[in-house]
Amino acid sequence: MTEYSVLIGGRAGEGLNRAGMVLCHLLQERGYHVYLYYDYPSLIRGGHNFSIIRASERPVFAHRDRVDFLLAMNQETVERHRGRLTEDGVLLYDDYAVHTEGGVGLPLERILKEVQAPEIARNTGIIAGFCCAAGIPMETLEQVLRREIPRGIEANLAVARGVYAVGNTLRQIPVIPGKRRHPILTGNEATGFGLLAAGLSSFIAYPMTPTSNLLHFLAAHADRYRLKVVHPENEIGVMLMALGAACGGERVAVGTSGGGFCLMTEGLSLAGMAEIPVVIVLGQRPGPSTGLPTYSCQTELHFAISAGQGEFPRLVVAPANPAQACRWSATALHLAWKYQVPAFVLVDKNMAEGAADFDPGGVPAVAPAGPVRWDGTGTYQRYADTGDGISPWLAPPSPGQTVKVNSYTHDERGISTEDPALTARLQEKLQRKGAALAAEVATMQTVLSTGPADARTVLLTWGSCTDPCIEVAGMRGLRVVQPVVLWPFPAEALRAALSGSGQVVAVEQNVTAQLARLATAEGIAVHGRILKYDGRPFSLEDLEERVREAVA
Amino acid sequence: MTGTTLVTDAQNTWCPGCGNFSIQHALRAVLLEMASEGLPLEQVVLVTGIGCHAKMADYLDVNSFYAIHGRVMPVATGIALANPDLTVICCAGDGDAYAEGLDHLIFAAKRNINLTVIIHNNRVYGLTTGQYTPTSPLGFRGRSTPKGTVEKAFNPLELVLASGGTHVARGYTRKQPMLKALIREAIRHRGFSFIDVLQICATYNDPHEAYDRLAYPLTGHNPGDFDAACRKIREWDYNREAPIALGTFYSVEEPSFEERFRLTPQSPAEREAAIRSHLEGN
Ligand SMILES: Cc1ncc(C[n+]2csc(CCOP(=O)(O)OP(=O)(O)O)c2C)c(N)n1
Ligand code: SF4
Ligand SMILES: [Mg+2]
Repeated sequence: MTEYSVLIGGRAGEGLNRAGMVLCHLLQERGYHVYLYYDYPSLIRGGHNFSIIRASERPVFAHRDRVDFLLAMNQETVERHRGRLTEDGVLLYDDYAVHTEGGVGLPLERILKEVQAPEIARNTGIIAGFCCAAGIPMETLEQVLRREIPRGIEANLAVARGVYAVGNTLRQIPVIPGKRRHPILTGNEATGFGLLAAGLSSFIAYPMTPTSNLLHFLAAHADRYRLKVVHPENEIGVMLMALGAACGGERVAVGTSGGGFCLMTEGLSLAGMAEIPVVIVLGQRPGPSTGLPTYSCQTELHFAISAGQGEFPRLVVAPANPAQACRWSATALHLAWKYQVPAFVLVDKNMAEGAADFDPGGVPAVAPAGPVRWDGTGTYQRYADTGDGISPWLAPPSPGQTVKVNSYTHDERGISTEDPALTARLQEKLQRKGAALAAEVATMQTVLSTGPADARTVLLTWGSCTDPCIEVAGMRGLRVVQPVVLWPFPAEALRAALSGSGQVVAVEQNVTAQLARLATAEGIAVHGRILKYDGRPFSLEDLEERVREAVA
Repeated sequence: MTGTTLVTDAQNTWCPGCGNFSIQHALRAVLLEMASEGLPLEQVVLVTGIGCHAKMADYLDVNSFYAIHGRVMPVATGIALANPDLTVICCAGDGDAYAEGLDHLIFAAKRNINLTVIIHNNRVYGLTTGQYTPTSPLGFRGRSTPKGTVEKAFNPLELVLASGGTHVARGYTRKQPMLKALIREAIRHRGFSFIDVLQICATYNDPHEAYDRLAYPLTGHNPGDFDAACRKIREWDYNREAPIALGTFYSVEEPSFEERFRLTPQSPAEREAAIRSHLEGN
């Protein structure tokens, strides 16, 4: 498989994420699928930022430690990352900021001065240096820059021309013909598209990494989608406002991370009792508490499936990459409304802020699916007891009818009760609804298997660990099993997917093997555990080594 | 809405003599009056917290959201955002709105969202059997403060005014006709309308003798004058004895929050086209 990795690094606040995206677009123009990992500290300026862009013949959502091009905007980048360069790797640096042996220094200071370009154009300078070195023509760069950063385009082009005038081709990245140009989306954006396709009409959130960018994305495009986007006083307000909006007829989602979700749990339980649909996009980052705000983990699985007092049905899906995020966010919203339950899209920083080229064909069709609505006969009862536990939906106003939503144990009309028989009946209704949800979920592809069906060794994984596992398993002939629905827990489908296996090794980004614990509670044997809990995603080299140790 | 009484058949469990009856009667009478003048009752949504006051949701036969303790404002805000044409009325307790959910009260006022907020201010936690609240006077002996509180009450009207509320009033459960008039006026006001209702709790806090002695109707006051409103609101600080003005202290028209979210939802075809065009880079 032809592939190239490029690392660009510099100080925080230098627009490096943007630069990484431009590199993705350039490599896509060469015919490659691209993946971007963005590593940044919880700072606005200073500190070290870097992006690793991986271009590959096949779609990927994982990075390598080794890189073929190292683009250094500052000294720290060279010092930290020089060891990653492959033998014929190319080091390019801004010779004003970096002093080092070997590699190619670019006279960015002089060029910026000559063409009177602003400081931010320095990134364009190093990108142009990369294009020269990789044999990417100036026309391609110009086309991408005009499209991706139209602001101040002339200054950027002037800098790029200045660099081309002094640059040479050092390591040609060949063109792979045939790839169609696709948008490059982050996991957050893909989640947004999925929700929009499922009819999202409101989004309510309080900023928190790693889902703030979902809020920013939907707020930026609110007019385009006639979307109500609100940023309230705190996450308690977020969740309760979402529930009010849902009862008023909105299709609504909220976004947060573990800390914010702690504040939402009281509202979550209300959603369970009062049977109000809502989608919670829960982005995992390492805790406890503030932890590592801008890094990644998979520590909220048990939190998501058990948060909130009382017992009530819910849905939890955990997509591995933007393509899955789009599809499953839409499914989560549809099911939340159909069953009038809270539904989680459990993501993590690697997935939410990682980016890849995205095939627009993966956006589900916009289908007007909704809850079963009241048929208008007799007197409306918000909590009418039905066979499958789903009460017909009605949002006020409806002439002559009262809609009574209630957090207390209630009768079918929604009036509070302490009657033991009615109490038991309500609990059973909620459980029946959960069973109906589980039955529908069981008809879906809840557990995805990749690799030879007769492979004895299986990597059992979830979320953003999935794609690295698939690549590593591919090298070693192993099978990968990924439950994408995590609640209702697809025990049967998982058992079926694991049938014939001899050794099951869980691969997770947490310290207690949360998925393995769920599986073993269902009597599914897990023989080994590969766990990572330093906030960083598995690189392919890293995971390959760990798998070699575990599977030997 | 089975009949014209607006009362459900839920068993009423307020103590005899409880001021909540007065608020219920006043609110019900106002709604019936407004209905006879053309307000479609199905447009009314009542949101309550948790506490004695909140039982209103069970007792009144209107759309309701019997929410959780302290969270009346965000629920009501969500409802108003979803449908700005609804008449959203909040019945919250003083524990509810001033303690557990104070942040939401301040932000609802700040947004000037079109809600009518009636605080059943009995200056005690009724349902949890008699603890002090943020408006219990300094030295209040409740079950969690048997030797008396060592913190002063705050003045909720001053707080709401400072937060941007555009309609600020005070009522008293033993002044029925005025309470009705205040509720009616608050519902009519477009924007955040707030009434702190001094409510008798017959069981845990009954200062009716003092209220009867000190309360007087606000007259000759210009509710458009912010400074005058401030002065009048500060006349009584909820701690020491002072004249207690009843009426509307402040009322001005300002753009309300939910109006900016009055959007026609996209049809599936429109949404599909919007997504396609977005993904094509337009
Ligand atoms: C989160 C939470 N904390 C505590 C309670 C217990 N609780 C129920 S009602 C109440 C206080 C009610 O006081 P108030 O709001 O003044 O209402 P009142 O009963 O006086 O009308 C409390 C503390 C609760 N239901 N939820
Ligand atoms: S405890 Fe007080 S507020 Fe509650 S019902 Fe009795 S009198 Fe009314
Ligand atoms: Mg009270």
